Amino acid sequence: MKRVGVWAGLLVVALAFGYPFWWLVSASLKDRAHVFDNALLPRPFSPGNYVEVWRAVPLLTWVGNSVAVGLAAAVAATAASAVVAFGFAMFRFPGRDALFGVVLATMMLPAAVTMVPVYLEWHALGLATTQIPLWAQNLFGSAFYIFLLRQFFLGLPGEVFDAAKVDGANAWRLFTALGLPLARPGLVVVFVFELKAAWTDLIKPLIYLREPDLYTLPRGLKAVLDRFGEGGEAQWELVLAASAVATVPMVLLFLVAQRYFVRGTVTQHVE
Amino acid sequence: MSVTGREARAGWLFLSPWIIGFLAFTAGPMLFSLWLSLTHYDMLRPPTYVGLDNYREALTDERVGTALWNTVFFTALHVPAQVVLALALASLLRRAGRAAGFFRTVVYLPVMTPPVALAALFLLLLNGQNGAINAFLGWFGFTGPNWTTDPTWIKPGLVVMSLWTVGSTAVLYLAALTRVPLERYEAARLDGASPWRQFWHITLPGISGTVYFTVVVNTIASLQVFTEAYAMFFGARAKQSAEGDAALFYVIHLFQEAFGSLRMGYASALAWGLFLVIALVTAVQVRLSRRYVHYEGERP
Repeated sequence: MKRVGVWAGLLVVALAFGYPFWWLVSASLKDRAHVFDNALLPRPFSPGNYVEVWRAVPLLTWVGNSVAVGLAAAVAATAASAVVAFGFAMFRFPGRDALFGVVLATMMLPAAVTMVPVYLEWHALGLATTQIPLWAQNLFGSAFYIFLLRQFFLGLPGEVFDAAKVDGANAWRLFTALGLPLARPGLVVVFVFELKAAWTDLIKPLIYLREPDLYTLPRGLKAVLDRFGEGGEAQWELVLAASAVATVPMVLLFLVAQRYFVRGTVTQHVE
Repeated sequence: MSVTGREARAGWLFLSPWIIGFLAFTAGPMLFSLWLSLTHYDMLRPPTYVGLDNYREALTDERVGTALWNTVFFTALHVPAQVVLALALASLLRRAGRAAGFFRTVVYLPVMTPPVALAALFLLLLNGQNGAINAFLGWFGFTGPNWTTDPTWIKPGLVVMSLWTVGSTAVLYLAALTRVPLERYEAARLDGASPWRQFWHITLPGISGTVYFTVVVNTIASLQVFTEAYAMFFGARAKQSAEGDAALFYVIHLFQEAFGSLRMGYASALAWGLFLVIALVTAVQVRLSRRYVHYEGERP
């Protein structure tokens, strides 16, 4: 009897969380008159929406921009955070713990406080309308990832590093030959987390990107929403087709790298 | 050079990217922003010093009042709803046995959806006339409100939408639940404790650290809510009247002042206002937590 209740609950959960996805894909394949009919299957079936939105806006360019920006952001964040985290975990020197306290403190700082001055900095450098501000800050590491990777490095067996030191390996070699390979699961967590963050971010592209050709997918999607989602002439089927294009890669990435996402979410839990 | 000297030098070298970044993108901007908040600056002419004028203006700015009220109201609905639903989901998922992995995936997938896509999708699902959510309510004889056009229902609608991404919190609770020792439940069952008493006296204290953490983190994030509401109700989209005011959250107002009106000094003052609000709310939560949060290994 109890099992029946649990399975009924799970069925409701699966429907509540799965249905909007189904609705999105299904409605994106309906013609304009039927977008709102809530029918499970698109009839008439009109995959032409995807072609039409592809023609109306540079969707492929935006996908390319999102991939480029996302990879740059993820590679930079992973590499730099790993270097810094290794520094915090493996070397002892005065001031280290105080500095680590500062790293933790910056995790609490609302992004809004630095939004305006950082924009003015990029403006002063003449880079405020390029894609560079979308990822370049990651070259200096990011507090949460430094924290996460430091935990990983601290969990590695110290004897391996001691043995290498006795053999005369220098600090950089300890990092590249031992630290990085052993911390690979942690590096993957950081990489997929940052890739997702860059892929879904809207506020930075809103601040920095002016040229539609430079838009990332969320910024482009906002433009599609503004253009095709207004008034009686709204072409929601196009908005939905573009939304599906933005969603599917993330869903696929999640299905491939699921355990890393969950691990990243759980390690976010700082006790 | 001595061994410790070499170790210290290596340490500083490894930390140097973060130190440079901290100075250039955190500490420097904070000082810069503090100074800017005392000026009028429109990026065309050099900043002019105006003392506390921006802060005075913020205190009397009607839109700041609206934005602050909207933000606090949204947070007060959103955070408890997230916590309760996430806890219920995690408890259910924990009983799913071998299928837990599948259901965890289903619950987590919406977290992967780009918020702008989510905004577009829910503009339609929440539509008052023919949206799927009101159609569902209709099955049970309820007439749903106009979630996206009625100012009273816009914030509740945004909360309903946000529940779809409760998966990240639920996954945390799921991990915490598996750490509660099973013997405690066995002992309680022997004493004849009802499932509800077990939840109240074993489960909740057992995961109170996680609940506390998610409340603090969700509150901080919720006070900075921006993307979904901005995508749905602002930007080039023409609606700027009633709907816009009902969805005007603090960071949206700040964003508009900074990058719409180019009032960089005023926006900086607004940013420090938000900083103050978040710091205060967090401090209150830390204080309250001392009374309610139990950590493992700590004597009651």
